[in-house]
Amino acid sequence: MRKYVPKDNVQGKAYYTDRYWVAPRVPRVEVEEGSHFAAVTKALGRLSKESYVEIGQLVVHIDAKKIVEVVTLLKEKCGYTQCSEQSAVDYLAQDGEFELFYQLLNITEAKRVRVVCRIKKGEAIESISSVYKSANFAEREMFDMFGIKVNNHPFLKRILMPDDWEGHPLLKTYPMIGDEFASWYEVDKIFGKEYRDVIGPENRDPARVDRYDTKRFSRVGYEVPFDADISSGEKEQAVEYSETILVDYTTSSKTLDERK
Amino acid sequence: MQQVNKLTPFFENLNFERDDNTMVINFGPQHPSAHGQLRLVLELDGEQVVKAYPDIGYLHRGIEKMAENMTYNEFLPTTDRLDYIASTSNNYAYALAVEKLLGIEAPRRAQVIRTMLLELNRIISHLFFVATHALDVGAMSVFLYAFREREFAMDLMEDYCGARLTHSSVRIGGVPLDLPENWLINAATFCDKVDHEVEHTYGALLNENRIWKMRLEDVGVISADNALSWGCTGPMLRGSGVNWDIRKEEPYELYSELDFDIPTSDRNDSYGRFRIYMEEMKQSTRIIRQLIPMYKNTEPQLMAHAPQYISAPKEEIMTQNYALMQHFVLVTQGMRPPKGEVYVPTESPKGELGFYIKSEGEPYAYRLKCRAPSFFHTGLLQEILVGTYIADVVTIIGTTNIVFGEVDR
Repeated sequence: MRKYVPKDNVQGKAYYTDRYWVAPRVPRVEVEEGSHFAAVTKALGRLSKESYVEIGQLVVHIDAKKIVEVVTLLKEKCGYTQCSEQSAVDYLAQDGEFELFYQLLNITEAKRVRVVCRIKKGEAIESISSVYKSANFAEREMFDMFGIKVNNHPFLKRILMPDDWEGHPLLKTYPMIGDEFASWYEVDKIFGKEYRDVIGPENRDPARVDRYDTKRFSRVGYEVPFDADISSGEKEQAVEYSETILVDYTTSSKTLDERK
Repeated sequence: MQQVNKLTPFFENLNFERDDNTMVINFGPQHPSAHGQLRLVLELDGEQVVKAYPDIGYLHRGIEKMAENMTYNEFLPTTDRLDYIASTSNNYAYALAVEKLLGIEAPRRAQVIRTMLLELNRIISHLFFVATHALDVGAMSVFLYAFREREFAMDLMEDYCGARLTHSSVRIGGVPLDLPENWLINAATFCDKVDHEVEHTYGALLNENRIWKMRLEDVGVISADNALSWGCTGPMLRGSGVNWDIRKEEPYELYSELDFDIPTSDRNDSYGRFRIYMEEMKQSTRIIRQLIPMYKNTEPQLMAHAPQYISAPKEEIMTQNYALMQHFVLVTQGMRPPKGEVYVPTESPKGELGFYIKSEGEPYAYRLKCRAPSFFHTGLLQEILVGTYIADVVTIIGTTNIVFGEVDR
């Protein structure tokens, strides 16, 4: 029987993992009393479900419905004036959820906070582009890559992929080489589906050599006319090489000195 | 609706012919001053831009997707293709993010070499900016002079790692090679040359040039609040009077030990940003000069000692059985960082280049997000282009210094 391949995560996997291997975890440190981060968690109060410091940055888990409230509070009360990055992580296979993160920066204190929230599949998130304009592009990218709808976004449209694309490339269910739609996109769009057979699948191996393709390749010494059928073998032809004329200076009477 | 299955240009229902006085023009995606594949749809009223819509994605290669399907070391050369003008900055930002996740630190000599390469890259990138920006605006000769010096800088990179554009000169845990012979002498010569040229050639040609100032002054004005809100970083933010440089504020590598200044400008316009780029080149040479004596006081170790994650040096692999075994495992299976997430910002020549890595303890990153400065600077275009004249559009695109390798990723 063939090995069962899970369809909900088709990304690269380790080909071998020790049975007894348990991955360690990056330490999550509690927020230190009296620090800047303590003031932030205090300002957030009950809005934060869980908060800890991971590799020097505060991570705050919140309820996805409160996202605008939280970032507004962080911007106005705690001085987080910039949203450096916003995107999502696909946990559909494990939990049926997306994890969204908002990376905020306070330039006066030189501190960074990551606001993390989770939404179920098919749920939408409220746009924060009214608070941080940089979220405009970031949320569009998230919509494009994961298909997460963003409510009240000024212009929610695909940003990196073409407008008529099907599927969302960063989902774990989306294979790296693309799906059927992706592999025939140009052919379907330019010539129509009926030309798939005429044009043939895309060659994704640039080093591939098809021996029987006499239009593009022929072996040296076995040249055949254009488009000839060589399935039953081709005739060998003598190869003519140009002669290289070597002058042997050791035996010849011509020496370098004499030529001078 | 146009027929999309025929070989006809397809413009997403844009109506180019209007009854009123406005006009819609399509700028790019193939345009010499678009610096890559930027398509701008501009709605004009006379010569004034009423609405600008930056359309990106023409260079999208799915680098974040590739990261999920590659081991951590395999992915490193792919980062060269982000901001291809300054590859080492990308290599370094990625390597630093993984190092933070692993909790390791590069040895001192590797840190010196990395900092030197980063600053050399900053000069390469800034020279490219000055050259192309001047070319876009119409000053051809600066382009020729700046590219001459850029060639010397790329020769230095070539001497170090063998590549001129896609360097891959940094590894996770250190650097692959020590500096070759005479590299430090050549670097010092190059620094002198750059300082001289910035002052006496590009500076003399542009700084007080009447036409240059007319084209740049009060063009592309961004207020500090707006710059922060749009996610501007690097010279774009410092050009709006915000004194923010990650090298100073959240120091990484050796920047806390080095003496350098952060030029800012409160002009908020393209000319202020241009002066920042010029000044930053001088600061970079200043940093490289300080690093040259530091290099001599270091031990020759180049890669961090972390047998679980980093292969041992070649001599050990060839002589010791355990080193060979762990090298074999690391090459065939890849390193497995601990579970956790990390976001590490670095100051690339364009701005804040950060890598967010979510690790589930597998040899493949569960999610990798590249925070590219140019992506957010492109987003800004839809606001700052409005109200400007069509002739200034090229200047504004030039001043944002966007590189499409990292916009589209």
